[in-house]
Amino acid sequence: MTESMTQPKNEPLLRVEGLTKSFPVSSGSWRRNTAQVHAVDDVTLEIQTGETLGLVGETGCGKSTLARCMARLYDVTSGTVWFDGRDITHLDRREMRVVRRDVQMIFQDPYGSLNPRRRVGAIIGDPFVIHGTATGRELKTKVQDLMATVGLNPEHYNRFPAEFSGGQRQRIGVARALALRPKLVICDEPVSALDVSIQAQIINLLIDLQDEFSLTYLFITHDLSVVRHVSDRIAVMYLAKVVEAAPTPELFSTTRHPYTRALLSALPVPDPDLADSREQIVLSGDLPTPTDPPSGCRFHTRCPKARHDCVATEPALLPVLGDAVGHPTACHHPLTVGEDLSLARPDIDATERVGDGAFPLEAAATKEPGGESR
Amino acid sequence: MALLEVRDLRVAFNTPDGVLEAVRGLSFDVDRGSTLAIVGESGSGKSVATQTITGLTSGARVSGSARFDGTELIGASSEVLRTIRGARIGMIFQDPLSSLHPYYTVGWQIVEMIRAHDRSVSTSAARRRAADLLGVVGIPHARTRIDDYPHQFSGGMRQRVMIAMAMALDPVLLIADEPTTALDVTVQAQVLAVMRRLQEDFGTAIILITHDLGVVAEMSDEVVVMYAGSAMERAPRRTLFYANHHPYSEGLLGSLPAKGGTRDRLTPILGVPPSLIGLPAGCPFAPRCPYAFDRCWRETPPLRMVFDDPDHASACWLTPVLSEREALRAARVDREPDQPQESASATRVEVRP
Repeated sequence: MTESMTQPKNEPLLRVEGLTKSFPVSSGSWRRNTAQVHAVDDVTLEIQTGETLGLVGETGCGKSTLARCMARLYDVTSGTVWFDGRDITHLDRREMRVVRRDVQMIFQDPYGSLNPRRRVGAIIGDPFVIHGTATGRELKTKVQDLMATVGLNPEHYNRFPAEFSGGQRQRIGVARALALRPKLVICDEPVSALDVSIQAQIINLLIDLQDEFSLTYLFITHDLSVVRHVSDRIAVMYLAKVVEAAPTPELFSTTRHPYTRALLSALPVPDPDLADSREQIVLSGDLPTPTDPPSGCRFHTRCPKARHDCVATEPALLPVLGDAVGHPTACHHPLTVGEDLSLARPDIDATERVGDGAFPLEAAATKEPGGESR
Repeated sequence: MALLEVRDLRVAFNTPDGVLEAVRGLSFDVDRGSTLAIVGESGSGKSVATQTITGLTSGARVSGSARFDGTELIGASSEVLRTIRGARIGMIFQDPLSSLHPYYTVGWQIVEMIRAHDRSVSTSAARRRAADLLGVVGIPHARTRIDDYPHQFSGGMRQRVMIAMAMALDPVLLIADEPTTALDVTVQAQVLAVMRRLQEDFGTAIILITHDLGVVAEMSDEVVVMYAGSAMERAPRRTLFYANHHPYSEGLLGSLPAKGGTRDRLTPILGVPPSLIGLPAGCPFAPRCPYAFDRCWRETPPLRMVFDDPDHASACWLTPVLSEREALRAARVDREPDQPQESASATRVEVRP
């Protein structure tokens, strides 16, 4: 592999600067575009060569959109995407084709991302054919080598995707992504659809391949235990914004953003004693709509620590409380180490909160149905 | 007497490829007010088993017994099942959007549910009850939102509506089939909290079907681990996590990323689950088991008491002595290269006597 040879040490492999991606929302009887939804809003993020960056967040927070913008599968609305020292934001299709060899994706759904009517050999061979790097016998050898690399039986070259299990299909997806020896592999929920025992097989495979081919990963998932296992650094997204980013151990030991803490505490731990004893923060309400995001800090509608300045001004993504440059947090009232968030109560107008300002459980407890219809 | 006693439940389906044995001799008890978690991977038969108990599997060959509060449910007439299902056994499914009718308001659907079981309840009383229930499960502005359609609710709110509907007639047993799998973690925490609180307030017993061992650790009293249609291990929650006996339970817990979060290799269970059509004799887990020895291939181990603990049962021939286990594992490793999937299944044929 030739990467990182030509690059200065501190140059990130991929960097997005002020990236915004908005989609038109159509409504009304004429399907006019009445509004814009900012799926990704002013995100600046770097991925260093050889590292794994985990991107976590809930459904609809824009993590997949951000990844697709990075791979230029979407045109960005504004901002810049730098890859390998080059501005690729406005490259045309032909120029992008060269870059695509270096940026590949693995998708979540091992069933939907493989054409059921094509043979596995043809699916994995596509990248070679498209980029004209191998034909005929050489193509077959290369494909079978790849299949062996990802733990598939090369003799199954002529089988259809339907003949493989979910885990094996994900291996096919991995083989296809690796075909052209990319520098960056974007893994969009690569193990979410798999059973735990199979999930571990695929995670091991991804880690092994990273070591073998010195790959850089962007690892997108909602599963914090997986992302914690594989990532060197983690960025947490909430409603189209990055709210906190830090090296993995630091994100867990020195959690600054209340949302990150809530996310961590909501993750069920497979350890009964820990599950019984740990702090549990149950956030009120759902994710607000990104079409009309809350003012100021977007998390203020659900934040247990919300104050008036959270409603008024948007916090910048900067290191707080003496953190290093590599650990920025977008919060006016970041958490100190050991602070008990479950004791915090918001101090803002009830109208600024979701769900009528009430914590749903408390509200429910006061009006038990009891008598009449029971 | 337990609230629900399931004994030797067998469910088989005729498929073009042969008879698919989805559930193969499952037995468990659910006590009043307690939570039983049934955990297993896709295709382990955990959903089919509970759907059969409530009479929701059609075209299946069913045998065995499921006594619910003294009433036999297997083979019961649809009239009997209708009075029990919904009223005494509530159900929540994974996907709340496809479980709710898109054309009717959620209030209408809950009212329908209440009045289907008791026509003497007036529509307005049922409506009041529906609004109360929506409030109980934590839906804000319950009294106005009762007239909203399912699509106007978010995923977490829809699941709350499902819970409200399942709880409408005060069931003594709630069957929750992957209730939070489709939800984000923060919303999952909310829904689990609602279920836990309902259980405390109403003493409802819960059968929680899930593949998420984290949810099991947080919610359950007792756990049944299913694999290939039968129970591999049954134990109280802490026993299962800290002193399990069955290699499959051990493998499941071992394949989870460690709490420390280092970038080490995980220890997956090698291979893939077996096909449930024409499953050979012997332990179904033997082909993937690191400790399997000759007897495992010949005889199917019954679920029997282990560690002299009457609450702890495991379907495994292994003696619980750890050193012996390690010897077996070593013997197995010598025979089998550490290769995932394909090659593992290739070696499997050689190992089998």
